[in-house]
Amino acid sequence: MSKQSRQAKAVAEKYGIDTRLTWDKIKKNFYQYRGIYLMLIPVLAFYIIFNYAPLQGLQIAFRNYRPGRGIWGSTWVGWTNFQQFFTGPYFWRVLRNTLLISLYTIVICFPAPILFALMLNELRLKKLKSAIQTVSYLPHFISLVVVCGIIKEFVSSTGLISNLLAAGGTASNLLMDPTKFRAIYVVSELWQTIGWNSIIYLAALAGINQELYDAVAVDGAGRFRRIISITIPCLMPTIIIMFIMRIGQFMSVGYDKIILLYNENIYETADIIGSFVYRKGLIESNYSYSMAVSLVNSLVNFLLVVVVNKISAKVSETSLW
Amino acid sequence: MVEKKSGLDWVLDTLNIVLLVGIGLACLYPFWYVVCASFSDANEFLRHDFVLLLKPLKFSLEAYKYCITDRIMVGYRNTLFYVVVGTAISMLLTFLGAYALSRKGWMGKRFITLMIMFTMYFSGGIIAIYLWVQQLHMIDTVWAILLPTALSTYNLIVMRTAFANVPESLIEAARLDGASEFTCLFRIVIPLSQATIAVVLLFYAVARWNDWMSATIFLRTADLYPLQIFLREILLTSSADNIISTSGGSTNTVALAETIKYATIVISTAPILCIYPFIQRYFVTGVMIGGVKE
Repeated sequence: MSKQSRQAKAVAEKYGIDTRLTWDKIKKNFYQYRGIYLMLIPVLAFYIIFNYAPLQGLQIAFRNYRPGRGIWGSTWVGWTNFQQFFTGPYFWRVLRNTLLISLYTIVICFPAPILFALMLNELRLKKLKSAIQTVSYLPHFISLVVVCGIIKEFVSSTGLISNLLAAGGTASNLLMDPTKFRAIYVVSELWQTIGWNSIIYLAALAGINQELYDAVAVDGAGRFRRIISITIPCLMPTIIIMFIMRIGQFMSVGYDKIILLYNENIYETADIIGSFVYRKGLIESNYSYSMAVSLVNSLVNFLLVVVVNKISAKVSETSLW
Repeated sequence: MVEKKSGLDWVLDTLNIVLLVGIGLACLYPFWYVVCASFSDANEFLRHDFVLLLKPLKFSLEAYKYCITDRIMVGYRNTLFYVVVGTAISMLLTFLGAYALSRKGWMGKRFITLMIMFTMYFSGGIIAIYLWVQQLHMIDTVWAILLPTALSTYNLIVMRTAFANVPESLIEAARLDGASEFTCLFRIVIPLSQATIAVVLLFYAVARWNDWMSATIFLRTADLYPLQIFLREILLTSSADNIISTSGGSTNTVALAETIKYATIVISTAPILCIYPFIQRYFVTGVMIGGVKE
């Protein structure tokens, strides 16, 4: 309800148009667009049934949920579950792991596709360029189960990577070593995403006006000059918006990959909030406790998106909504 | 643009090509290694010095004999069902939603758009979904796989952006001639948005093919399991003995289990690898549309 709607109101007043919402108008609009409302029924039904209705389950975070008594019938226990999480032995572990894995992933995997796109952009051999692009998107389409299967094979004691790293010595299973997990996670993430995430930057690069390059070429600018004074500034809006989106997801590390890869020996460095919720809730059926953890995570995620978006709207005039 | 290359430029270009080819090979090589390993003789493979494989070691099809089991076939059948039916449901819902959101003038559009966008940023989490699906008595039915993930808001927005690019005058003219909104959608808007539809269809189908989370959470009966669940068992959770319960005699079980894993990866990924070259040219379109806001 911003400037726009105020302006619209002013215009309406000036020309004497009645902007009041009347029952008659609603009926007329509804009749005129009845086809659209009909189409919306299944779509809204989906969102209500599978996105909004489940939210009623959030209250079990404040209850001691017993399946027999149902969501609404279980005893209300207030903040107990939250207290148990915040003061429990796992709080710092899962928080630290979530933050660190997320941080490492952003530091390594965010700039890589940008560099990759810049390098591809400098490649003059068109055939080679498209071949490399095609190959680099491939890992994105392989199922996570298969990717993790490949990772597990490669870093097992008889695997390719662990044996290359051992350099002739005796190789061990790297997934049993807590100090190696984050590296395995981030490197495989890089392999999975570098090509696919570069598409958006390549598209932005393709949209740069060629005349800009010709202009600086006349000035005798070298290749680095061209990249620094034209390519990167033109790419900046895309980088900023992608960065905002990425930061907004800071707390939501992909727990499915963690679940597929981790084991009890490396919980110390591998267990994150998402995998902790999954294990406590769905494996150990400790619903109320895991719901409390999950709710904290969802709220932090949501706040993060809102705050980051506010900041970016102020600083750069680029925002998501 | 003809430029005279300086010595430095020449070095940089070469370095760039070398690095890029290196990245390309790094993306591709794991697949090649998997293929080579799957066609290798099991004992030979375990004995090799774990150098980079360039071709199968002592070509053998033994691993494939064991990996094509009844369970894998059941998984394949179920996955095909989930992909075909699931993608059909997804596409239908996406068409309807995207068309409605791309049209102007109807009351409540603002509110409904907001309501849909909100789900991208806040969700109840897996426990809430699980309890709700349980309340709906859908646990251990195909509906639990097909319905909760039927619509992807991201894909809906991609589709809406494409639909909004269809000239409004075309739709208005058809409406004046008495065409219903449904006719406009299926006769005008859809035929004019084929490139985006191909991309969205692909996104949905690949997501369905790769989905293992919903099955892990919602299914209990092995008869309903998609391929990915069997894959997970074989690749990630089982030991060598479980994999070859039927094997006997001379073969080294541990060694064979290794190559069987690789063969399983190959037969489960082959369909995607086969259609990949034909569909990859659509990607750029899809990602670009998704990147455009409002």
